[in-house]
Formats: sequence, C-alpha cells, structure tokens
Amino acid sequence: MGRRGNTAPRREVSELDEVELKRIIWRSRRGLLELDLQLERFVSEALPQLNEADLLLYRELLQLPDNDLLDYLNGRSPCPTPRLLPIIERIRAAQR
Amino acid sequence: MAVPVRKFDAVIVGAGGAGLRAALQLSEAGLKTAVLSKVFPTRSHTVAAQGGVSASLGNSEPDHWHWHMYDTVKGSDWLGDQDAIEFMCREAPNVVVELEHFGMPFDRNADGTIYQRPFGGHMSNFGEKPVRRACAAADRTGHAMLHALYQRNVRANTQFFVEWMALDLVRDEQGNVQGVVAMEMETSEVYVFQAKATLFATGGAGRIFASSTNAFINTGDGLGMAARAGIPLEDMEFWQFHPTGVAGAGVLITEGVRGEGGILRNSAGERFMERYAPNAKDLASRDVVSRAMVTEINEGRGCGPHKDHVLLDITHLDPEVIKSKLPGIREISIKFAGVDPIKAPIPVVPTCHYQMGGIPTNYRGEVVVHDQVVPGFYAAGEVACASVHGANRLGTNSLLDLLVFGKSSGNSMIEYIKTAPKDLPPLATADVDRSLARVARLDGQQNGTPVESARAAMQRTMQNHCGVFRFKDMLKEGVEKILEVEAMVRTIEIADKSRTFNTARLEALELENLIEVAKATMISAEARTESRGAHVRDDAADTPEHPNGRDDENWLKHTLWYRDANRLDYKPVNLKPLSVETIALKTRSY
Repeated sequence: MGRRGNTAPRREVSELDEVELKRIIWRSRRGLLELDLQLERFVSEALPQLNEADLLLYRELLQLPDNDLLDYLNGRSPCPTPRLLPIIERIRAAQR
Repeated sequence: MAVPVRKFDAVIVGAGGAGLRAALQLSEAGLKTAVLSKVFPTRSHTVAAQGGVSASLGNSEPDHWHWHMYDTVKGSDWLGDQDAIEFMCREAPNVVVELEHFGMPFDRNADGTIYQRPFGGHMSNFGEKPVRRACAAADRTGHAMLHALYQRNVRANTQFFVEWMALDLVRDEQGNVQGVVAMEMETSEVYVFQAKATLFATGGAGRIFASSTNAFINTGDGLGMAARAGIPLEDMEFWQFHPTGVAGAGVLITEGVRGEGGILRNSAGERFMERYAPNAKDLASRDVVSRAMVTEINEGRGCGPHKDHVLLDITHLDPEVIKSKLPGIREISIKFAGVDPIKAPIPVVPTCHYQMGGIPTNYRGEVVVHDQVVPGFYAAGEVACASVHGANRLGTNSLLDLLVFGKSSGNSMIEYIKTAPKDLPPLATADVDRSLARVARLDGQQNGTPVESARAAMQRTMQNHCGVFRFKDMLKEGVEKILEVEAMVRTIEIADKSRTFNTARLEALELENLIEVAKATMISAEARTESRGAHVRDDAADTPEHPNGRDDENWLKHTLWYRDANRLDYKPVNLKPLSVETIALKTRSY
C-alpha cells in the first residue's frame, strides 16, 4: 500500500538473489502501521545501500514479532540481540 | 485456461484472529483446512489491538452478559442486530476462558482469575456505572491472541499458505461458493483453492482513507472479492474515526495530549475550539472535536499547502513536561510529522480506525443475501457485518467479535461440510476465467494510470468528502468523484511485470479491492440522510424530533450496496434478541 519501490537493488550476491531481496521488501509489510511507515522509508532510502551482511541482519530483524520490533525501533526497550543493534540504528537513522 | 486446483474441506482467507479461530475449530474437527494469508499470521493487523477483549466474567465486581448486551446495542445506536449481539455477549465468557486454556497470558488478579479493567462504554446494570469487563495481556492483547491461536493451529495441522493473495471468489451457476482463485506471491502463479466451505476473514479496508490507523495490508480484499461476486456490502457508511492522527501518516496522537494542555489551532493560529465548545474547549468530546476540525478545514482554515489539516500545539508547555509526560508523542511527532512538538505544533487530522460494515452475515457466520444463506460462504471479523457493531463499535468488542464469530462460523462450516457430498462437485470456471482476465488486463495495460495516482485520488476523495463529519453537497460531489476515480482504477498500469514478489502487482490488485469499498462507502453515506453513530451529517442536526439527528422512522434499517449499477437496497434491523426482551429504542447519550 505504500510508496515502496518495486525494483529491488541489483548486486552480485550469493545467498541474496533478486527473489530474496524482493521477498525481504514484501516482508517489510507488517501488522502495525508504525512499522509499515518506518520500514517503507528505510526500504526506499537505505536498503539499496546495504551490503550483504547488513541485508542478512535486516532479514533476521524481520523475523521478530511486530511489538518487539516496534519497541526496539522506538527505543522503548533495548534489543537483547547485540548483532541486531547496528541495523536497528540504521532504520532509526532513516527516520530523521 | 487450465489452472491448477488444490482441494480442501475448508478454505479460509485471512489469518488474523477470526481466521485463526475458525481454522482451529475446523482442524480440530479433523477437516482438511487451508488458511491463505498475505503475511505471516502473527503479523496480521489483529496485532495492533491493545485494549483488550470484553467478557462479563465478573471477576472483580458483579457483571452480566445482559448488561454487556445493553451497552453494545446502545453503542451501535440501535443499528446492531439484537440476536447477534445477544449471541456475542453470552458467548463472550466462554470464548475468553477457552482462549485462556489455549495458553493466552491474560493479566491476572491475586486469586489467579483474569484481571479486568474498565473501558469506555462498558457499564453495569443497564448503563448505570462503569464496570470492569476488559481482559488484557498487558498492552499486547492482540499479539498474544494471535500467538496462542497460531500455535494451537499448528498443533491441529491447519495448512497455512503464507504469502498468498486471494484474488476472487468462485461461485457456480446456482451461486454456491466453491472456493477462491489465489496467487502465490513468490511465483505469481494462480491456483484455485476449491473447498466445500469458504470463509473470508480478511479484515477491514481502512486504507480507503488518506488518514488511517490501519496497516498497509488492510485493503479490504474480502470486500472487493465479495462485491465482484455479486454479494452486497452492508452498512458501509459507518466508520470509526479518531480525532487526532498525524496528518499524512495516520499514527494516533493520544487524547491525553489535550488533557496536558494541548491546543488545536487553524491556519490563522486561532484556538478554534473556543467557538465550538466555549466551556470544554479542547477537552470537548471526540465527536465535537472531530466535527470542529473538519468544519475548519472545509471552510478554508486548514493548514499546510493543501489546507487539509489543523495543528495541535503544545509549544507553550514546559519542555520538561513534554519530555517526562509525553515522550511517546514527541517521538511520534518527530518521526512521522518531522516536527519536534517542543518547537512547533503537530499537524493532525481526524483518522479512520475501524470499519463497522461488511459482508452481511447472521450470527452463525453464514453470508446472507435476500434472507437466503449463500451456500458454502462465510465471513467473520472486521470484513463481516453480523451486525454487532451497528453504527458504532464499543471498545474491546472487536477482539470479542473475532473470537465469537470465528468460532461460530467454524462450527457452521463443520455442519455444512458434514452434510455435503463426499466428493467436490465439478468446478465452475466462469469466475476463474474472469479472475485470470483481471490479472491479464493489468499485465497488458498500456498508457494507463499509475497505481499510485489512482490510490492517492481515492484516498483524498474519501477523506475530504466522506470523513468523520459529512456534508450533503460534499457527499453528492464525492459520489461523482469516486466514480471518476473508479474509471482511473479500471486502467491502472504497472511498470514492473516481473513474476517474483512483485509488490507493484500486489498493490494494484489491492487497489481494485479498495475502490469497491470506497464506492460502497460514499454511495451508502450519501443516501443515508440522518445522523446515527459514526455517520454524522451536517444536514441531520440534533433537534427535539430527531435527537442527535437520528431518524428512526425512516432510517432504522441496514444499507445494502450492490456493485452492479451501484444499486442500494435496505433491510430491517433485527430488534428481536434470542431469549430476552428487545432493548427498546432510546436516545443515545453518555
């Protein structure tokens, strides 16, 4: 429903082929509006610049329950998984 | 064209609370049940429900389902069907206790019983005083509900088809429902899911409005599919709005902000609530505030380049108060309005939240058209109109609706499937062909309208012409405009024609569903010349003959909108409960 672009970034990657990238973009659609809005902005503005390692972390982040993810993005509670902190910070940065 | 067919006893579209509750009923009865969902089930919009689920358990103080029923009828402004409301309120304690047994982590009292808190509109002794009726799991009731139901479904072997989008209903020549056409997102392959019984539990369509609290997935897919299949949509003029959502985003700004001293201002910087409510001012009731905001915008005193919102000003408050008492609001404003409310006012607009109307059903979840059950077709949750919410929904009754009617439709489907012939009948192909043609049209369209522009035109038209407070001339013009938008939607075009997870194609298909809901809403609202519940018109004012503008002689009836020629029909409200006396008509006041 958002203004999310439909063209996934192209790059030479092993695990993250075009299909996987587009799957990640679709999975950025959530059950909570506040997540949709933040992830829409992140996907259109920051996702194309991510390297493969960051993309894998973003994919992992998308596995989180909506409420937990929103709490981490809003800084309401800290994410207990340290390796996800940088990607959370990048999403937060995309909102400014 | 040959389309692969997958066969089940039951197919359910939508994996939110209603779909999961129904699926559980069917799978536990040993029936082969498929659930289709655009997103992973626990990321359905049910997750957004925080408030709780109401049931007259009476754990903290005396309560009774009859009192709950009274509150629900009154909340509905007497448009709710009293048989369905009695059924829901009587079933409430059962479905809540069942959910507890499914592992739902309800908040508890010291004695181990479910903790209950008060919630707006829920009273004891037929409207006497507030009662504690809402059961919650912290502020994550919807989330916890989805998890409990999903786990239970996995155990019961429900077959989930995640990241599938249903496209169209399949009916045979007699109108019996045979299943759905659906698209697998990963491949864009189209299949038929044929079943003895089909349930729509696809949620609401709040995205028809420019400002909505609904997630992007709430595109009324079930309503669009039903409308295209000749099923009318009931009471679509009734939508619940919240006065202050961030303009352009829809995220809610709690009413507590006005409680802390927030002031609404128009483009001249005027504190306009002084004119509308000289005493309560910015603390006037939701309806009064929403109406005043819309009037300011309509009379040209809105703010911003499109003059389409007003401002909520807290810049006069001590920054420390804002930081300590309203930290969440500051965060929301910075993120979604790009404004630090310590320095500048927040742009706000009345924002759509919940759809009361939907696919007409009875309290058994069976879809009913012209007093006849549509064989094999069921609907539950926000997509359905049972009708328990009537012209306005009571808080915490939406989660209850999911549980009660998810379960009852599941039970009705079991009964129907058990009496159906063992083998599925031959598949009627006319609807399948029409569905394929719709997808082919989209893929082949040239020189068409971009999805984005058509969607924006629809959302703007709905917001401006059919929002929280409605005007006769604006509605009339709105009907013309939405039909123009419909013509745009008929030629929508996508640039990306790729087959894998093509978000553009999915959004185009979603828009074809939204536009059906938008037409139904505008046309139904234009025709209903009274004010009732959430449908409030400037030309149906509060008079001694018609308190609150409600006109029972002419309008105590349900609207039915048919897609074919945009025909409207009406049916009586069922004022006869199952076992108790009618809750007699009365002026609704709180």
